[in-house]
Amino acid sequence: MPAGSQPAFSMRRSLFRKNLVTALLLAPAAVWLVVFLVLPFVAIAIFSVGERAPEGGYQAALTLAQYANLPARATAFWNTMVLAPAGALACLLVAYPVAYYLALRAPQRWRLILLALIVIPFWTSLLMRTYAWMYILGGRGIPALLAYVGIEDLRLINTPGAVLLGIVYGYLPLMILPIYVSLERLDRRLLEASADLGATPLSTFLSVTLRLSLPGVMTGFSLVMILLLGEYLIPTLLGGGKVFFIGNALVDLFLQSRNWPFGSAIAITLVLVSVVVLIVANRISTRLSGARRVDLI
Amino acid sequence: MTAVPDIEFRAVTKRYGAVTAVSGIDLAIPPSAFVALLGPSGCGKTTCLRMIGGFEQPSEGQVLIRGRDMAGTPPYRRPVNMVFQQYALFPHLDVEENISYGLRQARPRLSSREIALRAGEALSMVQLAGYGRRKIHELSGGQQQRVALARALVNKPAVLLLDEPLAALDKKLRTDMQIELQNLQREIGITFVLVTHDQEEALSMSDFVCVMNGGRVVQLGQPSEIYDEPADLFVADFVGKTNLLSGKVAGLSGDLVDVALADGTVIAARKRVPLSRGEAVSVSLRPESLRLSAPGSGAFKGIVRNRIFLGSTAEYAIEVQGIGSLLAKADHVMGQGNLFKPGEPVAIGFAAGAPLAFPHANNNGTNQREDQHAEILS
Repeated sequence: MPAGSQPAFSMRRSLFRKNLVTALLLAPAAVWLVVFLVLPFVAIAIFSVGERAPEGGYQAALTLAQYANLPARATAFWNTMVLAPAGALACLLVAYPVAYYLALRAPQRWRLILLALIVIPFWTSLLMRTYAWMYILGGRGIPALLAYVGIEDLRLINTPGAVLLGIVYGYLPLMILPIYVSLERLDRRLLEASADLGATPLSTFLSVTLRLSLPGVMTGFSLVMILLLGEYLIPTLLGGGKVFFIGNALVDLFLQSRNWPFGSAIAITLVLVSVVVLIVANRISTRLSGARRVDLI
Repeated sequence: MTAVPDIEFRAVTKRYGAVTAVSGIDLAIPPSAFVALLGPSGCGKTTCLRMIGGFEQPSEGQVLIRGRDMAGTPPYRRPVNMVFQQYALFPHLDVEENISYGLRQARPRLSSREIALRAGEALSMVQLAGYGRRKIHELSGGQQQRVALARALVNKPAVLLLDEPLAALDKKLRTDMQIELQNLQREIGITFVLVTHDQEEALSMSDFVCVMNGGRVVQLGQPSEIYDEPADLFVADFVGKTNLLSGKVAGLSGDLVDVALADGTVIAARKRVPLSRGEAVSVSLRPESLRLSAPGSGAFKGIVRNRIFLGSTAEYAIEVQGIGSLLAKADHVMGQGNLFKPGEPVAIGFAAGAPLAFPHANNNGTNQREDQHAEILS
C-alpha cells in the first residue's frame, strides 16, 4: 500500500510544483495588466456614465449623456478616422517596396545593415524627430529654400499633408518590419514554380508574393492604424491647432477643461473602434492567407 | 529518329563567380524518352535542369528546346514544366487551384469550363479525383507529389522536368511512384528529364541515363550500357556496386590487358581506353560476376567474412589475402542449400570478359571544385 501511494503522491506534488511555477511566471504580467490596464479601464468605463463635477473632474451618476454628446467632437473623430487609415495606407505604400527590396532583392550581407538603418531613428524620441520636421516644414525650412527659386508663400506646416508626412515618417518601421518578416519567410521556390507555370513577373507578384505577404501587411496596417487612433503628438506639432485628433481631444478634456466623463466616453469609443479594426483585419488576413491562423501583434 | 531533339545543350558552361558548375556540356536528349541526369551532389545536374527551365542562364553555349535557342527566354515563356524538389505547391491555394494555376496564366485566356475540365482530367490522371477542394497541408507527401505532377502536366509541356521528385518519399511509396512515373511517361509520350543522385532510381526508371561528374557528362547511354560498359572508373564505381582492384598493366593483347594485382595474380581485363604497359590501373569486377566454389579452383582464394541473405540472392564479403575484401553476389535457387558460411574458405572465379580495367588516376581536382560549388549553392 505505501509502495503504491508513493508515486501518486510524488506525482501530485510535481504537478503542484509545475502549477506553482506557471503561476509565478505569469504573476508579474497578470499584476501589471490588472493594475495598469483592467482597473483604469473599469474606472474610465465608470467615469463615462458619470457627470462632470462643477469644479471639474468626475461626479457619480448613471447617464448616457456623455455618449449622446459625442457629435460635439465629430471633427476630431472625423480627422482621426480619415487620417489614421490614410496614414496607415500611405505608410504601407512606402513600406512595401522597401520591405520587398530588403527581403527579396538586397544582397544578403547588406540586409542587416539596411534593417538597422531603418530601426536606428527609433532610438531617438518621436518628439525630437517630429520637432525636426517642424523646422524643416516651417517658415525657415523648405518654404524658405523654395522662395530662392521663386516659389513664394508655400504653406507646409500646420496642414493635413504635414500631419500625413509626420505619420509616415514616424510609423514607417512599424510597417516595414512585419512585411519584411512575411516576405523573408516566403519560399522562393514558389516564385519559381509560378514562373514555371507561365505566370509573368507581375502575375507572380499579385497571386503569390502579395497574397502570401498579406498577413504581414495586415499586421503592419493594424499596428500603425491602432497607434494612429490614439496619436497626439504629430497632429499637435505638425497640424498646429488645425488638424485635431481624438488624442488631442482627450488631452484637452482631461487636462484643460477637466471634463473627465466626456473624455472617458470618447476614450471608450476609441477602444471599441480599435478592437473592431483589429478583429476585421484579423478576419481578412486569415481568410486571404489560407488556412493558417494569423495572430496580430 | 532524325527528329529534332527535345532538349539540346551546345557547349554549355555555367559559372558562379570563380566556380564552374557545368563545363562545356554537349548533349542531345531524344524525343519521347525518359532521361535521368545522374550524379553525386554538386555534379551540375540540377544546374542543367534549371538551365532548361530557364531559372539559370548559361554563361556560354546554347540550350535549345525543340530546336529553338532559349537564350533570353524567361521561364514563363518556355514550353517546359518542372516538378520541384519538395514540390513547391502554393499553400494558399487548394488542390484544384494549384493544378489550374498554369491554365489560368494561358493567353489567350481559356474558358473557365475548359480550365475546370482539364484540371479534373489531370486530377484523375494522378488518381486524386475528389481531392480538388483539399488544402495542400491536408495531403500526405505522396499525394502532394501527385498534385505537383498534375500541376505540371496539365499544361501539356513539351518536356517535363523532375528535380529529385522522389527524394522526400519513403521507400515503398518511392517504388510505387517509380512505376507510376514510367507509366505516365509512356502514356503521355513526352520527354521526362529526371535529376537524381540515386543510381538505382535512374537505372530502374529511365530509357537513357546521363551520368555527370565534375560539371561534365561522363556517359550517356541506356541503363544496361551504363552498368555493363561504364565509360570510366567513376561511372563503374558510382553506378551499382563493384569491386575495385588496383594493379599494374603487365601485358597488352588487342582489347585485353593483363593486369598484375597486388597479390601477384595476373588477370585478363577488357580496356575502355588505351593503356600502356606498367600503367597503374583499377580493375572493376561486379559482385554478380564473381563465381564462388569450393576451394581448389578459381582465380582467388578467400575466406567468407559475412553473409547477407537477401532471399533471391545472397551477398558475401570475402577476405582475400593481399587484395582485401571482395563483395560477391550469388543467385539463390530454392532448395539448393549451397550457401557458404562465414569462416568457410572459398575459391573465387569470374566470367571471362567481366573485369574492366581503367586508368587509375582520376581527376580529383574537379571533384573538389564541385564540392565547393555544392557548398556555395546550399
